[in-house]
Amino acid sequence: MRVAGTHRELGRRLVLAVPYVWLLVFFLAPLLIVGKISLSESRLGIPPYEPLIDWAQSGLAMVKVSLNNYVLLFEDDLYVQAYIQSLTIAGISTFLCLLIGYPMALGIARAPEKARGPLLLLVIVPFWTSFLIRVYSWMSILRDEGILNHALMAVGLIDEPLIILNTDWAVYVGIVYSYLPFMVLPLYASLEKLDPSLLEAAADLGARPVRAFIAVTLPLSLPGIVAGSMLVFVPAVGEYVIPSLLGGGDTQMLGKALWDVFAQTRDWPAASALAMAMLAALVLPIALFQRLQTRLEEEENR
Amino acid sequence: MHRSPALLAAMFVGFAFLYAPIALLMVYSFNASREVSVWGGFSTKWYGELLQNQAYLDAAWLSLKIAATSATGALVLGTLAALVLVRYGRFRGRMVFNGLITAPLVMPEIILGLAMLLLFVALEDLTGWPDGRGFTTIAIVHTTVGMAYATVVIRSRLAQMDESLEEAAMDLGARPVKVFFLITIPVIAPSLAAAWLLAFTLSLDDVVATQFVSGPGSTTLPIEVFSSVRLGVSPQVNALGTIIVVAVAVVIGLVWRLSAGKRR
Repeated sequence: MRVAGTHRELGRRLVLAVPYVWLLVFFLAPLLIVGKISLSESRLGIPPYEPLIDWAQSGLAMVKVSLNNYVLLFEDDLYVQAYIQSLTIAGISTFLCLLIGYPMALGIARAPEKARGPLLLLVIVPFWTSFLIRVYSWMSILRDEGILNHALMAVGLIDEPLIILNTDWAVYVGIVYSYLPFMVLPLYASLEKLDPSLLEAAADLGARPVRAFIAVTLPLSLPGIVAGSMLVFVPAVGEYVIPSLLGGGDTQMLGKALWDVFAQTRDWPAASALAMAMLAALVLPIALFQRLQTRLEEEENR
Repeated sequence: MHRSPALLAAMFVGFAFLYAPIALLMVYSFNASREVSVWGGFSTKWYGELLQNQAYLDAAWLSLKIAATSATGALVLGTLAALVLVRYGRFRGRMVFNGLITAPLVMPEIILGLAMLLLFVALEDLTGWPDGRGFTTIAIVHTTVGMAYATVVIRSRLAQMDESLEEAAMDLGARPVKVFFLITIPVIAPSLAAAWLLAFTLSLDDVVATQFVSGPGSTTLPIEVFSSVRLGVSPQVNALGTIIVVAVAVVIGLVWRLSAGKRR
């Protein structure tokens, strides 16, 4: 029996160790390396950065730390602009997602029970189809000679084509479109749990629908609003594909700037510093999201 | 309950917004004209050209192999992680583990891609492995991302599972491993299938992280598509997009029918 017991304990540990070690090696360690390289000087060669730890002849490790990369980031207008623009574009897009997604989630939550499944499926299907293809599909719609301009001119609403592709407008459209399902799903999850009798009580007490919405529905769906907003905002800040395909020359977003520094300038320490700066802006929303998730799961497990 | 016409209209507009671009892409994939936004008659010639485009075919084959590998890895790791999170109660390091498993869900891919590349370069410097970048490095990155999603899917199913079946088997003397394969797995099988499919789809579609860790000769389908559409719209990509949308719709429809049949 003792042997079986130790076997069991070993098995338990193994089940924990395999995914844990994987995450430490292939998720945490890489992030730490980014932090490390962001503190080293760049140089020509492969790899294009100075080692952070130099083994001196005496066997003593010399730690060389340089904040140069960060100083350069803050001194370069281009990066400061990209930083501000990324946060602004992501923030506005998140708000637009909320504006479009909330009525959708509410509509699904209040639909007859039989219709909810299929409606929810309709929200999920685009998420399963290729993200790249969905972003791309806007290129032929928004072009100067595109479908939208053709349609608007045919109707006579405009005389000259609107220039939308390769501007910030197209980036907004792309982000809102791509991330809308991420907003609707958590919103629906919190709206669906809402007890209808609360709204009936509000109506019995004489509250008009709008008032009941503001006093009851909106506050109770706050966890969904926070979760959905984080799921849109955080990836949108680092978005690369959308500004590359839909944005213009003056749309500078951090994700694109990072890739350019990495691939074209080949300044890995600067790219790492950029990644750390981006992470710094996102740590708070990510932590907030995780606390919320943990709380929800604890409630579920109870 | 209160359902105003305004709410229905807003919902309808939302769905139209979600589907109009996909519908237009599909319609224009049958456009005879090379000028993508002008209708020039019905034709399937872009599909023919697509199927003869060797670069796309090679890239698609590589992508499918990587997706199958990483989805399987993500499934195994995600199942283990879900077991830990649901069944282990509180243990030291749980907070860290939970943080590590959910972080890839929201971490911008551009950061993950750079970080993984730097890891592989440092590892190669130290140990000689991985030798260059290609299939292995891409599959590892996709496994990490897929694992996070797989864990979410499997964990929620595992949390709802009735544990009395497992307990009964244990009482009858079955060993934990046997209980897991004979009872737990069949019960949570639908979530395992969903997790595998999700990880497979995510891998098949990834551009940003892949761009960092792919090497010469290991161009995946999304990378190939991305580099061609950066130069402008292409009728072949319209055809490819249509094929992907139809394939996804068919698979989801089948899964839906199957699970709906079971519920009845």
